[in-house]
Amino acid sequence: MSVEELTWTLPHVVAGVMVLSLNAYVLLGGADFGGGVWDLLARGDERDAQRSLIAEAIGPIWEANHVWLILVVVLLFTCFPTAYAHLATALHIPITLMLVGVVLRGSAFTFRSYDSNRDAVQRRWGRIFSIASMVTPVLLGVCLGTMASGRIPFTTALAPLGGAPHVMAPAAALTFADRYLWPWMGSPFAWAVGALTLGLFTFLAAAYLTVEAPTPVLRAVFRRRALQAQAVVVVLAAVTIGIAALQAPLVFAGLTEGRIALAMHLVTAVATITCIVALRRDRFRLARVAAATEASCLLWGWAWSQFPWLIPPTHTITALAAPRVTLTLVLSVLGVGTAILLPSFVYLFRTFKGGGSSFNPS
Amino acid sequence: MSDLFAARSQMAVSLAFHIIFAVVGIGMPALMVMAEWRWQRTGDPVLLELAKRWAKGTAILFAVGAVSGTVLSFELGLLWPTFMAQAGAVIGMPFSLEGFAFFTEAIFLGIYLYGWQRIAPRAHLLAGIVVAVSGALSGAFVVCANAWMNAPTGFRVVNGQVTDVDPIAAMFNAAAPAEVVHMTLAAFAATGFAVAGVHALALRRGTVHRAFHRAALQIALLMAVPSALLQPLSGDLSARGVATRQPMKLAAMEGHLRTGPAALVIGGWPDAMTLTHRGAIEIPGAISLLLHGDPTASIRGLDAVPLADRPPVTVVHLAFQIMVGCGMVLAAVALWTLWRLRRRRRGYGAPLPDDRPFLTALVVASPLGFVALEAGWTVTEVGRQPWIMQDVLRTADAVTPVPGLTVPFVGFTLLYIGLAVTVAFLLWRQLLKTGVGEVPVGMTGELPVPAALLAMGTVPVSPAASDRP
Ligand code: HDD
Ligand code: HEM
Ligand code: HEM
Repeated sequence: MSVEELTWTLPHVVAGVMVLSLNAYVLLGGADFGGGVWDLLARGDERDAQRSLIAEAIGPIWEANHVWLILVVVLLFTCFPTAYAHLATALHIPITLMLVGVVLRGSAFTFRSYDSNRDAVQRRWGRIFSIASMVTPVLLGVCLGTMASGRIPFTTALAPLGGAPHVMAPAAALTFADRYLWPWMGSPFAWAVGALTLGLFTFLAAAYLTVEAPTPVLRAVFRRRALQAQAVVVVLAAVTIGIAALQAPLVFAGLTEGRIALAMHLVTAVATITCIVALRRDRFRLARVAAATEASCLLWGWAWSQFPWLIPPTHTITALAAPRVTLTLVLSVLGVGTAILLPSFVYLFRTFKGGGSSFNPS
Repeated sequence: MSDLFAARSQMAVSLAFHIIFAVVGIGMPALMVMAEWRWQRTGDPVLLELAKRWAKGTAILFAVGAVSGTVLSFELGLLWPTFMAQAGAVIGMPFSLEGFAFFTEAIFLGIYLYGWQRIAPRAHLLAGIVVAVSGALSGAFVVCANAWMNAPTGFRVVNGQVTDVDPIAAMFNAAAPAEVVHMTLAAFAATGFAVAGVHALALRRGTVHRAFHRAALQIALLMAVPSALLQPLSGDLSARGVATRQPMKLAAMEGHLRTGPAALVIGGWPDAMTLTHRGAIEIPGAISLLLHGDPTASIRGLDAVPLADRPPVTVVHLAFQIMVGCGMVLAAVALWTLWRLRRRRRGYGAPLPDDRPFLTALVVASPLGFVALEAGWTVTEVGRQPWIMQDVLRTADAVTPVPGLTVPFVGFTLLYIGLAVTVAFLLWRQLLKTGVGEVPVGMTGELPVPAALLAMGTVPVSPAASDRP
């Protein structure tokens, strides 16, 4: 491969890594949000048991899961700085609202678990936690949906340094609402993606919780919920594609044309069916894997549908990439970092799964 | 409120909030590791209890640090898109490195918190050391990014576009070494004195757990005292760097209004319009002497540049004085610590838990490290104005075109005030329950490994669950 070709593909490698970490975030962090939704929906005699199962499942891991999102953002602003600037401008309002959700979810959860007192204060934190868990994924999905459907107004090229006009000098005659509200607020497609994201996270949480539930009763509860959520996800996915056909031709074309898209649909369908069957037959571990595969396929389907655009329909991944040095350095950092992190994760895993180390304090 | 001012205020509030938790995330792991190391050397169970308690305290604050840090990484784009569009490729690398430092910190904090009985003592201590080191490293990485805003290098501007990007040169910019050292010392001094103050308060009030609080106090002082003594030296180094790279920041810090020999201005109120001081004590030539060894050496004052290029002198000067004042008090307390230690060695004076004047001093000094920290950041950031990247990009040109920024500013401010009050309330309740009054040694015990965790085979990396009953 010649140097030129390598230069050309580098941005795509970085973009791939970003989708991978977004994938990790969906599978790990997403399920934590879903847990919050089930906390809100907890019903029946087993309500408290359900809530504490959810809390135990989220508690030890949500912060580490959260770092994946931070990684995506950092990669975005380092490797695609112009894209970051434009997205953060056009989506200022939904991102800000999402951040409020992130802050409230994380801190309310911690505050709730910190105090052992079962009082009104604690219940209030619980309520804030679960509502924030519900709103945040919707907004995340809305942002991605707006971007994918090509509704980010990319008005001007980069302004020069040194007192020159704004990077994003407002295109004349565009009102505040035109620029900052309607692109996302007025897009049924974006809201469909938002709903799908929420549904997906909720579904993932229920599927994982079937494995983690300590009692048959709880397991049955979450099995039922996983099946219900699965049905909702299928409906929402169909609706989203339907809206895409009408409103987001670019996404629709990406999702329906070509062999790769077809293969992706096939894998998704197989995963979905496997998950349903596995849940019905109480094969919960298999169901968990299938659910994760299904969610990953949906995510990669989105990524593929907007390839090679970063901000469709005008700016490609290559066009918005940072200089080559930066990309190379970041990829090396990622390599070295992974080399350190992987053994650390393995060590952590072995420490807590037993078997590995056999230190026994007498 | 103008949108630019709202954006600046929102950035300031978010950073001022985050830095508290970031600093605790650097300082506390070092404390708990020292306690555990001493425990392994002496076998004193009080020290083990102490290590576990400090670890538990770290756990809650870590979560708030994580969410407020997430907000910041989005805010860089939400508020300063032009800056990020230009700077991202140049200075993103330290942020990527920081990301890995967070991961490492989170993984080993999980091992530390949940692994007391699962791994050998040596390995456990080592995990703690990894947490402490990666915490300090993640701080150092961001500060490199901040130093670059003070001394931008590693790129050229051609036709208004950034070219010839060299992220490594940018990361190791001229301002970075002094800033990283000063910041890291600040983290140790601020956390050390804050913790020392809490335990000094317990001892002063009288407690049955003197041994516990005494051990805590000793370790906290072990960290706080050297940092507080080194801090003025490191601050002097920072000031020399500022003098060469950012003369207007120096002029604002020192309240040096007119070009000429610079006096040391103590107190008073500088007036940016008339370029005069009101009610200040001035020691003529002192700053010139400090910087150039010659009291008559001329130093550029604020009047050397047009009004539009001057930083807000009042805020910067006052903040600088607050930082230096706090630094002097802390250094004095540190010297007192050494002096009474020497006396004790020779057999004079009261033992630590009975030395009431000293305990009182520690209680009073307790918040000063954090006050200096906030003041110091105000100096660095406000002193850089009107530039977001010194001499390259103005803050006014970097701000987002989104209007109505007062709304998110007010919103986030209220949110942070709410969080701060809640955290303080929870910590205080915890302290009342177990800290200041009585310390039920041995009660904290093992942090349980949640059952769900074992079932799932996932990795525990956040401590949030540890406090659940
Ligand atoms: C415990 C906290 C603390 C204490 C006691 C001090 N400082 Fe400080 N100072 C900081 C905490 C801090 C800080 C918050 O960490 C800053 C902000 C940026 C930085 O690198 O450190 C800072 C910045 C800062 C700067 C600006 C650097 C720049 O803009 O690049 C100077 C010149 C000093 N300090 C000087 C001093 C002096 C002469 C002190 C004498 C006692 C002192 N500091 C005590
Ligand atoms: C955590 C400690 C920090 C504190 C307390 C702090 C404080 C502040 C304050 C008070 C301002 C407003 C200045 C003004 O507009 O008058 C500001 C602005 C800003 N800071 Fe910092 N800062 C910190 C660290 C950092 C770091 C590490 C970075 C980036 C790498 C950074 C980036 C910025 C940016 C982009 C602005 C807005 C532009 C400007 O006003 O110059 N800050 N910060
Ligand atoms: C000088 C200023 C700063 C210092 C010293 C600092 C340091 C730290 C440290 C030590 C932590 C981990 C400890 C904890 O969570 O309690 C942390 C968390 C975090 N910081 Fe900062 N930070 C600073 C400013 C910033 C800025 C400007 C950003 C945004 C770009 C940022 C982003 C983050 C993020 C995303 C986290 C959460 C990571 C996690 O989940 O553990 N920090 N910071």
